[in-house]
Amino acid sequence: MVLVYINSTTGLSKAALETVTYGKKLGNDVTVITNGSASADQLANLGEYGASKVLVDRSVDGEDPQQLARLIASVADQVSASTVIFSHDIYGKAVAPRLSVRMKAGLISGAIAVPEADGSIKVNVFSGKAVGFVKVTSAKQIISLLPNSIQPEKTASTCGVEEISGLAGNSSIKVLETKKPEGNIPLPEAELVVSAGRGLKGPENWGMIDDLASALGAATACSRPVADIGWRPHHEHVGQTGVAIRPNLYIAVGISGAIQHLAGVNGSKVIVVVNTDTEAPFFKAADYGVVGDAFEVIPRLTEAVKRFKANQH
Amino acid sequence: MNILVCISKAPDTTSKIAFTNNLTQFDENGVQYIVNPYDEWYALVRALEIKESIGGNVTIVTVGTVSDEAVIRKALAIGADEAVRIDADPKDAFFVASQIAGYAKSKGFDLVMTGKETINYNGSQVGGMIAESLDLPFISLATKLDANGSLLTLEREIVGGVQVVEVQLPAVVSCAKGMAEQRIPNMRGIMAARTKPLTVIPAEEVEDLTNYVAYQMPNAKSSVKLIDPSNMDELVALLHNEAKVI
Repeated sequence: MVLVYINSTTGLSKAALETVTYGKKLGNDVTVITNGSASADQLANLGEYGASKVLVDRSVDGEDPQQLARLIASVADQVSASTVIFSHDIYGKAVAPRLSVRMKAGLISGAIAVPEADGSIKVNVFSGKAVGFVKVTSAKQIISLLPNSIQPEKTASTCGVEEISGLAGNSSIKVLETKKPEGNIPLPEAELVVSAGRGLKGPENWGMIDDLASALGAATACSRPVADIGWRPHHEHVGQTGVAIRPNLYIAVGISGAIQHLAGVNGSKVIVVVNTDTEAPFFKAADYGVVGDAFEVIPRLTEAVKRFKANQH
Repeated sequence: MNILVCISKAPDTTSKIAFTNNLTQFDENGVQYIVNPYDEWYALVRALEIKESIGGNVTIVTVGTVSDEAVIRKALAIGADEAVRIDADPKDAFFVASQIAGYAKSKGFDLVMTGKETINYNGSQVGGMIAESLDLPFISLATKLDANGSLLTLEREIVGGVQVVEVQLPAVVSCAKGMAEQRIPNMRGIMAARTKPLTVIPAEEVEDLTNYVAYQMPNAKSSVKLIDPSNMDELVALLHNEAKVI
Protein backbone atom coordinates (compact mmCIF):
# COMPACT_ATOMS: atom_id res chain seq x y z
CA MET A 1 0.00 0.00 0.00
CA VAL A 2 1.25 3.45 -0.95
CA LEU A 3 0.41 6.56 1.08
CA VAL A 4 0.94 10.01 -0.46
CA TYR A 5 0.99 13.21 1.61
CA ILE A 6 0.05 16.43 -0.11
CA ASN A 7 -0.60 19.87 1.28
CA SER A 8 -3.76 21.27 -0.27
CA THR A 9 -4.01 24.46 1.77
CA THR A 10 -3.82 26.58 -1.35
CA GLY A 11 -5.42 24.09 -3.72
CA LEU A 12 -3.77 21.32 -5.71
CA SER A 13 -0.30 22.25 -6.93
CA LYS A 14 1.40 20.60 -9.87
CA ALA A 15 3.89 19.12 -7.37
CA ALA A 16 0.96 17.46 -5.58
CA LEU A 17 -0.28 15.89 -8.83
CA GLU A 18 3.27 14.68 -9.53
CA THR A 19 3.49 12.91 -6.16
CA VAL A 20 0.14 11.15 -6.67
CA THR A 21 1.23 10.09 -10.18
CA TYR A 22 4.50 8.82 -8.71
CA GLY A 23 2.59 6.89 -6.04
CA LYS A 24 0.50 5.22 -8.71
CA LYS A 25 3.67 4.11 -10.51
CA LEU A 26 4.84 2.42 -7.31
CA GLY A 27 1.65 0.59 -6.34
CA ASN A 28 -1.93 0.03 -7.36
CA ASP A 29 -3.56 1.03 -4.11
CA VAL A 30 -2.78 4.68 -3.40
CA THR A 31 -4.24 6.54 -0.43
CA VAL A 32 -3.75 10.30 -0.24
CA ILE A 33 -3.62 12.03 3.14
CA THR A 34 -3.97 15.81 3.14
CA ASN A 35 -4.88 18.72 5.35
CA GLY A 36 -6.21 22.09 4.36
CA SER A 37 -9.22 23.57 2.75
CA ALA A 38 -9.37 22.20 -0.82
CA SER A 39 -12.98 21.25 -1.59
CA ALA A 40 -14.10 17.61 -1.66
CA ASP A 41 -14.68 17.95 -5.42
CA GLN A 42 -11.12 19.17 -5.97
CA LEU A 43 -9.73 16.36 -3.85
CA ALA A 44 -11.87 13.75 -5.66
CA ASN A 45 -10.01 14.75 -8.84
CA LEU A 46 -6.84 13.22 -7.36
CA GLY A 47 -8.44 9.89 -8.37
CA GLU A 48 -7.69 10.83 -11.97
CA TYR A 49 -3.97 10.77 -11.14
CA GLY A 50 -4.17 7.40 -9.42
CA ALA A 51 -5.53 7.89 -5.89
CA SER A 52 -7.99 5.21 -4.75
CA LYS A 53 -9.02 7.23 -1.72
CA VAL A 54 -8.37 10.67 -0.23
CA LEU A 55 -8.36 11.28 3.52
CA VAL A 56 -8.52 14.90 4.66
CA ASP A 57 -8.04 16.31 8.16
CA ARG A 58 -9.33 19.87 8.07
CA SER A 59 -8.40 20.59 11.70
CA VAL A 60 -4.67 20.52 10.87
CA ASP A 61 -3.14 23.69 9.39
CA GLY A 62 -0.01 21.88 8.21
CA GLU A 63 2.39 24.34 9.83
CA ASP A 64 3.80 22.00 12.50
CA PRO A 65 5.89 19.09 11.15
CA GLN A 66 5.50 17.24 14.47
CA GLN A 67 1.72 17.33 14.23
CA LEU A 68 1.80 16.25 10.57
CA ALA A 69 4.18 13.40 11.35
CA ARG A 70 1.77 12.12 14.02
CA LEU A 71 -1.15 12.35 11.58
CA ILE A 72 0.65 10.65 8.68
CA ALA A 73 2.15 7.91 10.89
CA SER A 74 -1.31 7.06 12.28
CA VAL A 75 -2.82 6.89 8.81
CA ALA A 76 0.15 4.87 7.49
CA ASP A 77 -0.50 2.41 10.29
CA GLN A 78 -4.24 2.21 9.58
CA VAL A 79 -3.84 1.57 5.87
CA SER A 80 -0.72 -0.63 6.33
CA ALA A 81 1.40 1.61 4.09
CA SER A 82 4.85 0.30 3.25
CA THR A 83 5.74 3.37 1.14
CA VAL A 84 5.01 7.02 1.96
CA ILE A 85 5.57 9.71 -0.65
CA PHE A 86 6.10 13.47 -0.23
CA SER A 87 7.05 16.26 -2.56
CA HIS A 88 10.63 17.38 -1.76
CA ASP A 89 9.41 20.82 -0.73
CA ILE A 90 9.21 22.21 2.79
CA TYR A 91 6.98 19.27 3.76
CA GLY A 92 9.36 16.68 2.36
CA LYS A 93 12.17 18.46 4.18
CA ALA A 94 10.44 19.05 7.51
CA VAL A 95 7.94 16.21 7.96
CA ALA A 96 9.50 13.26 6.10
CA PRO A 97 12.60 13.05 8.37
CA ARG A 98 10.38 13.02 11.46
CA LEU A 99 8.21 10.33 9.92
CA SER A 100 11.31 8.30 9.02
CA VAL A 101 12.25 8.08 12.71
CA ARG A 102 8.65 7.46 13.79
CA MET A 103 8.09 4.64 11.29
CA LYS A 104 11.70 3.34 11.28
CA ALA A 105 11.51 3.71 7.52
CA GLY A 106 14.48 4.73 5.37
CA LEU A 107 14.07 8.15 3.74
CA ILE A 108 15.12 8.78 0.15
CA SER A 109 15.24 12.55 -0.29
CA GLY A 110 14.89 14.33 -3.59
CA ALA A 111 14.08 11.37 -5.86
CA ILE A 112 14.29 12.35 -9.54
CA ALA A 113 12.97 9.13 -11.14
CA VAL A 114 10.90 6.02 -10.50
CA PRO A 115 12.78 3.13 -8.86
CA GLU A 116 15.33 1.16 -10.90
CA ALA A 117 14.97 -2.61 -11.44
CA ASP A 118 17.01 -3.27 -8.27
CA GLY A 119 14.70 -1.04 -6.21
CA SER A 120 17.24 1.79 -5.85
CA ILE A 121 16.14 5.35 -6.57
CA LYS A 122 18.06 8.05 -8.39
CA VAL A 123 18.74 11.26 -6.46
CA ASN A 124 20.96 14.29 -6.98
CA VAL A 125 24.07 14.31 -4.82
CA PHE A 126 26.96 16.75 -4.38
CA SER A 127 24.50 19.55 -5.06
CA GLY A 128 23.72 18.33 -8.55
CA LYS A 129 27.29 17.59 -9.60
CA ALA A 130 26.48 13.84 -9.66
CA VAL A 131 23.62 11.43 -9.11
CA GLY A 132 23.43 8.58 -6.64
CA PHE A 133 21.27 5.48 -6.39
CA VAL A 134 19.86 4.94 -2.90
CA LYS A 135 18.16 1.89 -1.46
CA VAL A 136 16.47 1.56 1.88
CA THR A 137 17.59 -1.22 4.20
CA SER A 138 14.33 -1.09 6.19
CA ALA A 139 11.03 -2.85 5.49
CA LYS A 140 9.22 0.46 4.90
CA GLN A 141 10.38 3.41 2.83
CA ILE A 142 9.68 7.12 2.53
CA ILE A 143 10.41 8.96 -0.70
CA SER A 144 10.39 12.71 -1.31
CA LEU A 145 10.09 13.56 -4.99
CA LEU A 146 11.94 16.57 -6.42
CA PRO A 147 9.35 18.82 -8.13
CA ASN A 148 9.34 18.67 -11.94
CA SER A 149 11.04 15.24 -12.06
CA ILE A 150 8.01 13.49 -13.57
CA GLN A 151 4.88 14.85 -15.25
CA PRO A 152 1.38 14.36 -13.80
CA GLU A 153 -0.53 11.65 -15.70
CA LYS A 154 -4.27 11.09 -15.73
CA THR A 155 -4.95 7.36 -15.71
CA ALA A 156 -8.30 6.87 -13.93
CA SER A 157 -11.39 8.69 -12.70
CA THR A 158 -12.39 10.52 -9.52
CA CYS A 159 -12.20 8.78 -6.16
CA GLY A 160 -13.87 8.92 -2.75
CA VAL A 161 -12.98 11.57 -0.18
CA GLU A 162 -13.27 10.94 3.55
CA GLU A 163 -12.99 13.49 6.36
CA ILE A 164 -10.93 12.36 9.33
CA SER A 165 -9.87 13.97 12.62
CA GLY A 166 -8.45 13.26 16.04
CA LEU A 167 -5.17 11.66 14.96
CA ALA A 168 -2.85 14.66 14.89
CA GLY A 169 -2.74 16.13 18.40
CA ASN A 170 -1.93 19.79 18.96
CA SER A 171 0.35 22.11 17.04
CA SER A 172 3.31 23.65 18.89
CA ILE A 173 4.08 26.22 16.19
CA LYS A 174 2.15 29.47 16.09
CA VAL A 175 2.07 31.32 12.77
CA LEU A 176 2.27 35.09 13.19
CA GLU A 177 2.47 36.10 9.53
CA THR A 178 2.65 34.59 6.05
CA LYS A 179 4.25 36.61 3.26
CA LYS A 180 3.64 35.34 -0.24
CA PRO A 181 4.27 37.65 -3.15
CA GLU A 182 1.18 37.57 -5.38
CA GLY A 183 1.36 35.93 -8.76
CA ASN A 184 4.85 34.53 -8.37
CA ILE A 185 5.56 31.05 -9.68
CA PRO A 186 7.44 29.13 -6.96
CA LEU A 187 10.94 28.62 -8.35
CA PRO A 188 11.35 24.89 -7.57
CA GLU A 189 8.12 24.10 -9.43
CA ALA A 190 8.67 26.38 -12.41
CA GLU A 191 8.99 24.74 -15.83
CA LEU A 192 10.58 27.82 -17.38
CA VAL A 193 13.11 29.98 -15.57
CA VAL A 194 14.85 33.20 -16.58
CA SER A 195 17.92 33.89 -14.46
CA ALA A 196 20.41 36.73 -14.43
CA GLY A 197 23.71 37.60 -12.80
CA ARG A 198 26.30 40.32 -12.41
CA GLY A 199 26.36 40.91 -16.15
CA LEU A 200 23.24 43.00 -15.65
CA LYS A 201 25.34 45.65 -13.87
CA GLY A 202 22.68 46.72 -11.35
CA PRO A 203 19.30 45.88 -9.80
CA GLU A 204 17.63 48.65 -11.81
CA ASN A 205 18.17 46.64 -14.99
CA TRP A 206 16.02 43.68 -13.95
CA GLY A 207 12.97 45.08 -15.73
CA MET A 208 13.98 43.39 -18.98
CA ILE A 209 14.40 40.05 -17.15
CA ASP A 210 10.92 40.42 -15.65
CA ASP A 211 9.57 41.32 -19.10
CA LEU A 212 11.07 38.21 -20.69
CA ALA A 213 9.86 36.04 -17.80
CA SER A 214 6.33 37.36 -18.04
CA ALA A 215 6.27 36.97 -21.85
CA LEU A 216 7.28 33.31 -21.37
CA GLY A 217 5.26 32.67 -18.20
CA ALA A 218 8.54 31.89 -16.45
CA ALA A 219 9.84 32.31 -12.91
CA THR A 220 12.86 34.52 -12.25
CA ALA A 221 16.08 33.46 -10.55
CA CYS A 222 19.58 34.81 -9.99
CA SER A 223 23.18 33.87 -9.27
CA ARG A 224 24.74 33.98 -5.82
CA PRO A 225 26.72 37.24 -6.13
CA VAL A 226 23.65 39.31 -6.97
CA ALA A 227 21.70 37.81 -4.05
CA ASP A 228 24.66 38.47 -1.75
CA ILE A 229 24.93 42.13 -2.71
CA GLY A 230 21.19 42.52 -2.32
CA TRP A 231 20.20 43.15 -5.94
CA ARG A 232 17.75 40.24 -5.72
CA PRO A 233 16.06 38.40 -2.82
CA HIS A 234 17.83 35.33 -1.40
CA HIS A 235 15.03 32.94 -2.33
CA GLU A 236 15.83 33.55 -6.02
CA HIS A 237 19.44 32.39 -5.61
CA VAL A 238 20.02 29.24 -7.64
CA GLY A 239 23.13 27.12 -7.15
CA GLN A 240 25.02 24.91 -4.77
CA THR A 241 24.24 26.96 -1.68
CA GLY A 242 20.89 28.20 -2.99
CA VAL A 243 17.97 26.41 -4.62
CA ALA A 244 18.57 23.44 -6.93
CA ILE A 245 16.08 23.41 -9.80
CA ARG A 246 15.33 21.23 -12.82
CA PRO A 247 13.09 23.25 -15.12
CA ASN A 248 12.43 22.35 -18.75
CA LEU A 249 14.10 25.59 -19.84
CA TYR A 250 16.73 27.64 -18.01
CA ILE A 251 17.79 30.92 -19.60
CA ALA A 252 20.95 32.33 -17.99
CA VAL A 253 21.71 35.97 -18.71
CA GLY A 254 25.04 37.52 -17.74
CA ILE A 255 26.01 34.56 -15.53
CA SER A 256 29.51 33.20 -16.11
CA GLY A 257 28.62 29.69 -14.95
CA ALA A 258 30.86 28.95 -11.96
CA ILE A 259 30.81 25.30 -10.92
CA GLN A 260 28.72 26.17 -7.83
CA HIS A 261 26.05 27.78 -10.01
CA LEU A 262 26.02 24.94 -12.54
CA ALA A 263 25.46 22.46 -9.70
CA GLY A 264 22.07 24.02 -9.03
CA VAL A 265 20.85 24.02 -12.62
CA ASN A 266 22.43 21.13 -14.51
CA GLY A 267 19.25 19.10 -14.03
CA SER A 268 17.55 21.55 -16.44
CA LYS A 269 16.39 19.89 -19.64
CA VAL A 270 17.45 22.76 -21.91
CA ILE A 271 19.87 25.58 -21.07
CA VAL A 272 20.19 28.84 -23.01
CA VAL A 273 23.13 31.09 -22.16
CA VAL A 274 23.37 34.77 -23.09
CA ASN A 275 26.77 36.30 -22.38
CA THR A 276 29.14 38.84 -23.95
CA ASP A 277 32.13 36.68 -23.03
CA THR A 278 32.67 33.82 -25.48
CA GLU A 279 34.94 32.22 -22.87
CA ALA A 280 32.22 32.07 -20.18
CA PRO A 281 32.29 28.50 -18.79
CA PHE A 282 28.48 28.39 -18.92
CA PHE A 283 28.58 27.93 -22.72
CA LYS A 284 30.08 24.45 -22.13
CA ALA A 285 26.94 23.45 -20.21
CA ALA A 286 24.51 25.13 -22.60
CA ASP A 287 22.34 23.73 -25.40
CA TYR A 288 21.93 27.12 -27.07
CA GLY A 289 24.23 30.07 -26.74
CA VAL A 290 23.96 33.71 -27.70
CA VAL A 291 27.18 35.70 -27.62
CA GLY A 292 26.00 39.25 -27.28
CA ASP A 293 25.07 42.17 -25.09
CA ALA A 294 22.13 41.25 -22.85
CA PHE A 295 20.83 44.82 -23.07
CA GLU A 296 20.26 44.31 -26.81
CA VAL A 297 19.58 40.57 -26.93
CA ILE A 298 17.02 40.24 -24.12
CA PRO A 299 14.51 42.89 -25.34
CA ARG A 300 14.85 41.35 -28.82
CA LEU A 301 14.21 37.88 -27.41
CA THR A 302 11.18 39.17 -25.47
CA GLU A 303 9.73 40.62 -28.67
CA ALA A 304 10.39 37.35 -30.50
CA VAL A 305 8.62 35.40 -27.74
CA LYS A 306 5.64 37.78 -27.93
CA ARG A 307 5.43 37.34 -31.70
CA PHE A 308 5.61 33.57 -31.27
CA LYS A 309 2.87 33.59 -28.60
CA ALA A 310 0.67 35.82 -30.78
CA ASN A 311 0.98 33.36 -33.67
CA GLN A 312 0.08 30.44 -31.40
CA HIS A 313 -3.44 31.81 -30.91
CA MET B 1 21.11 29.91 26.41
CA ASN B 2 22.67 26.47 26.02
CA ILE B 3 22.98 25.79 22.29
CA LEU B 4 24.06 22.67 20.42
CA VAL B 5 25.17 23.19 16.81
CA CYS B 6 25.46 20.06 14.64
CA ILE B 7 28.21 20.25 12.06
CA SER B 8 29.23 17.98 9.25
CA LYS B 9 32.28 17.98 7.05
CA ALA B 10 31.74 18.53 3.33
CA PRO B 11 34.04 18.70 0.32
CA ASP B 12 35.16 22.23 -0.54
CA THR B 13 32.69 23.73 -3.03
CA THR B 14 35.35 23.82 -5.76
CA SER B 15 36.20 20.11 -5.35
CA LYS B 16 36.24 17.91 -8.40
CA ILE B 17 33.61 15.25 -7.78
CA ALA B 18 34.63 11.71 -8.82
CA PHE B 19 33.92 8.15 -7.75
CA THR B 20 36.04 5.02 -7.36
CA ASN B 21 35.56 1.33 -6.70
CA ASN B 22 33.36 0.77 -9.74
CA LEU B 23 31.42 4.02 -9.07
CA THR B 24 30.28 2.93 -5.61
CA GLN B 25 32.46 5.22 -3.50
CA PHE B 26 33.21 8.94 -3.39
CA ASP B 27 36.82 9.53 -4.46
CA GLU B 28 38.40 11.47 -1.58
CA ASN B 29 41.71 11.73 -3.42
CA GLY B 30 42.78 15.40 -3.33
CA VAL B 31 39.52 16.56 -1.75
CA GLN B 32 39.76 19.34 0.82
CA TYR B 33 37.16 19.10 3.55
CA ILE B 34 35.48 22.15 5.05
CA VAL B 35 32.72 22.68 7.59
CA ASN B 36 29.46 22.23 5.64
CA PRO B 37 28.67 25.86 4.66
CA TYR B 38 25.07 25.84 5.95
CA ASP B 39 26.21 24.49 9.31
CA GLU B 40 28.99 27.05 9.57
CA TRP B 41 27.69 30.24 7.96
CA TYR B 42 24.16 30.07 9.26
CA ALA B 43 23.72 27.71 12.23
CA LEU B 44 27.03 28.26 14.02
CA VAL B 45 27.36 32.00 13.40
CA ARG B 46 23.77 32.69 14.49
CA ALA B 47 24.31 30.58 17.62
CA LEU B 48 27.38 32.69 18.43
CA GLU B 49 25.46 35.93 17.85
CA ILE B 50 22.74 34.79 20.28
CA LYS B 51 25.35 33.86 22.86
CA GLU B 52 27.05 37.24 22.42
CA SER B 53 23.80 39.11 22.92
CA ILE B 54 22.16 37.17 25.77
CA GLY B 55 24.92 34.91 27.13
CA GLY B 56 25.19 31.16 27.18
CA ASN B 57 27.26 28.37 25.77
CA VAL B 58 27.73 26.99 22.25
CA THR B 59 28.71 23.34 21.86
CA ILE B 60 29.38 21.81 18.46
CA VAL B 61 28.83 18.14 17.78
CA THR B 62 29.83 16.01 14.82
CA VAL B 63 29.69 12.31 14.07
CA GLY B 64 33.01 11.41 12.53
CA THR B 65 36.45 9.90 12.78
CA VAL B 66 39.70 11.35 14.08
CA SER B 67 40.44 12.76 10.59
CA ASP B 68 37.51 15.19 11.05
CA GLU B 69 39.16 17.00 13.93
CA ALA B 70 40.66 19.67 11.64
CA VAL B 71 37.14 20.63 10.64
CA ILE B 72 36.08 20.67 14.31
CA ARG B 73 39.00 22.98 15.21
CA LYS B 74 37.91 25.36 12.43
CA ALA B 75 34.44 25.60 14.01
CA LEU B 76 36.04 26.19 17.41
CA ALA B 77 38.20 28.93 15.88
CA ILE B 78 35.08 30.72 14.68
CA GLY B 79 33.99 30.86 18.30
CA ALA B 80 32.24 27.74 19.63
CA ASP B 81 33.08 27.06 23.28
CA GLU B 82 33.54 23.31 23.16
CA ALA B 83 33.23 20.36 20.82
CA VAL B 84 32.03 16.78 20.96
CA ARG B 85 33.01 14.17 18.41
CA ILE B 86 30.95 11.00 18.38
CA ASP B 87 33.46 8.47 17.18
CA ALA B 88 32.04 6.69 14.13
CA ASP B 89 32.07 6.72 10.37
CA PRO B 90 28.65 8.24 9.62
CA LYS B 91 26.58 5.62 7.80
CA ASP B 92 23.46 7.59 6.91
CA ALA B 93 21.32 10.48 8.16
CA PHE B 94 19.35 8.25 10.54
CA PHE B 95 22.57 6.93 12.04
CA VAL B 96 23.95 10.46 12.53
CA ALA B 97 20.70 11.85 13.95
CA SER B 98 20.34 8.92 16.36
CA GLN B 99 23.89 9.45 17.65
CA ILE B 100 23.37 13.19 18.16
CA ALA B 101 19.96 12.70 19.80
CA GLY B 102 21.46 10.04 22.07
CA TYR B 103 24.14 12.46 23.18
CA ALA B 104 21.83 15.49 23.50
CA LYS B 105 18.92 13.94 25.36
CA SER B 106 20.41 14.18 28.85
CA LYS B 107 22.31 17.45 28.32
CA GLY B 108 19.46 19.94 28.62
CA PHE B 109 20.18 22.00 25.48
CA ASP B 110 17.68 24.82 24.95
CA LEU B 111 18.24 24.94 21.22
CA VAL B 112 19.65 22.49 18.69
CA MET B 113 20.71 24.01 15.35
CA THR B 114 21.70 22.41 12.04
CA GLY B 115 22.34 23.68 8.52
CA LYS B 116 19.45 23.15 6.11
CA GLU B 117 21.32 20.34 4.34
CA THR B 118 24.87 19.24 3.58
CA ILE B 119 26.31 20.12 0.20
CA ASN B 120 27.37 16.52 -0.46
CA TYR B 121 24.23 14.48 0.19
CA ASN B 122 21.66 17.30 0.23
CA GLY B 123 19.17 15.16 2.14
CA SER B 124 17.87 17.80 4.59
CA GLN B 125 17.16 14.93 6.98
CA VAL B 126 19.27 15.15 10.12
CA GLY B 127 17.54 18.10 11.84
CA GLY B 128 14.03 16.67 11.57
CA MET B 129 15.25 13.25 12.66
CA ILE B 130 16.92 14.69 15.78
CA ALA B 131 13.72 16.60 16.60
CA GLU B 132 11.60 13.46 16.31
CA SER B 133 14.06 11.41 18.35
CA LEU B 134 14.01 14.04 21.12
CA ASP B 135 10.26 14.70 20.72
CA LEU B 136 10.89 18.44 20.18
CA PRO B 137 9.31 20.96 17.79
CA PHE B 138 11.22 21.44 14.50
CA ILE B 139 11.41 24.59 12.42
CA SER B 140 13.03 23.88 9.08
CA LEU B 141 14.67 26.27 6.60
CA ALA B 142 14.74 29.16 9.06
CA THR B 143 16.14 32.40 7.66
CA LYS B 144 15.86 34.47 10.88
CA LEU B 145 15.90 33.54 14.54
CA ASP B 146 15.43 35.66 17.64
CA ALA B 147 15.20 34.48 21.21
CA ASN B 148 13.13 36.21 23.86
CA GLY B 149 13.21 34.29 27.13
CA SER B 150 11.94 30.81 26.34
CA LEU B 151 10.17 31.98 23.18
CA LEU B 152 11.74 31.79 19.72
CA THR B 153 10.54 33.95 16.84
CA LEU B 154 11.63 32.70 13.45
CA GLU B 155 11.22 33.37 9.78
CA ARG B 156 11.15 30.28 7.62
CA GLU B 157 10.91 29.53 3.92
CA ILE B 158 7.59 28.13 2.72
CA VAL B 159 6.44 27.24 -0.79
CA GLY B 160 6.51 30.58 -2.64
CA GLY B 161 7.19 32.85 0.32
CA VAL B 162 8.22 33.22 3.94
CA GLN B 163 6.41 32.82 7.22
CA VAL B 164 6.97 34.27 10.70
CA VAL B 165 6.39 31.72 13.45
CA GLU B 166 6.73 31.40 17.21
CA VAL B 167 7.72 28.34 19.20
CA GLN B 168 8.62 27.54 22.81
CA LEU B 169 12.08 26.25 23.65
CA PRO B 170 13.50 23.66 23.64
CA ALA B 171 13.38 23.24 19.87
CA VAL B 172 15.37 22.10 16.84
CA VAL B 173 15.99 24.56 13.98
CA SER B 174 17.52 24.00 10.54
CA CYS B 175 19.16 27.15 9.17
CA ALA B 176 19.12 28.57 5.65
CA LYS B 177 20.56 31.62 3.94
CA GLY B 178 19.73 34.94 5.59
CA MET B 179 20.28 33.71 9.15
CA ALA B 180 23.76 35.22 9.55
CA GLU B 181 26.86 36.31 7.67
CA GLN B 182 29.94 34.16 7.24
CA ARG B 183 32.72 34.84 9.79
CA ILE B 184 36.39 34.42 9.06
CA PRO B 185 38.30 33.12 12.10
CA ASN B 186 41.01 35.50 13.32
CA MET B 187 44.43 34.52 14.65
CA ARG B 188 43.28 34.79 18.27
CA GLY B 189 40.37 32.44 17.54
CA ILE B 190 42.63 29.97 15.80
CA MET B 191 45.09 29.98 18.74
CA ALA B 192 42.28 29.65 21.29
CA ALA B 193 40.72 26.77 19.36
CA ARG B 194 43.79 24.63 20.01
CA THR B 195 43.10 24.46 23.73
CA LYS B 196 39.30 24.39 23.76
CA PRO B 197 37.80 21.12 25.04
CA LEU B 198 37.14 18.46 22.40
CA THR B 199 35.48 15.44 23.96
CA VAL B 200 35.38 12.16 22.08
CA ILE B 201 32.54 9.84 23.00
CA PRO B 202 31.82 6.34 21.69
CA ALA B 203 28.98 5.78 19.22
CA GLU B 204 25.84 3.81 20.08
CA GLU B 205 24.81 0.70 18.18
CA VAL B 206 22.43 1.96 15.49
CA GLU B 207 21.35 0.31 12.24
CA ASP B 208 21.31 2.50 9.14
CA LEU B 209 18.10 2.78 7.10
CA THR B 210 19.52 3.72 3.71
CA ASN B 211 22.46 2.81 1.52
CA TYR B 212 23.98 4.37 -1.62
CA VAL B 213 24.52 1.49 -4.04
CA ALA B 214 26.10 3.46 -6.92
CA TYR B 215 26.90 6.90 -8.31
CA GLN B 216 26.94 8.38 -11.78
CA MET B 217 28.32 11.56 -13.32
CA PRO B 218 25.77 13.63 -15.25
CA ASN B 219 25.80 13.11 -19.02
CA ALA B 220 28.04 15.60 -20.79
CA LYS B 221 26.17 18.09 -22.96
CA SER B 222 26.77 17.91 -26.67
CA SER B 223 28.35 21.11 -27.90
CA VAL B 224 26.44 24.37 -27.68
CA LYS B 225 24.54 25.64 -30.70
CA LEU B 226 25.33 29.33 -31.18
CA ILE B 227 22.55 31.64 -32.35
CA ASP B 228 23.07 34.98 -34.10
CA PRO B 229 22.30 37.66 -31.47
CA SER B 230 20.31 39.65 -34.03
CA ASN B 231 18.04 36.70 -34.81
CA MET B 232 16.09 35.87 -31.69
CA ASP B 233 13.17 34.54 -33.75
CA GLU B 234 15.47 31.67 -34.67
CA LEU B 235 16.15 30.92 -30.99
CA VAL B 236 12.43 30.93 -30.21
CA ALA B 237 11.77 28.63 -33.18
CA LEU B 238 14.47 26.21 -32.00
CA LEU B 239 13.11 26.19 -28.46
CA HIS B 240 9.68 25.38 -29.88
CA ASN B 241 10.45 22.96 -32.71
CA GLU B 242 13.72 21.32 -31.69
CA ALA B 243 13.92 21.50 -27.89
CA LYS B 244 10.11 21.45 -27.52
CA VAL B 245 10.18 23.42 -24.26
CA ILE B 246 7.95 26.33 -25.24
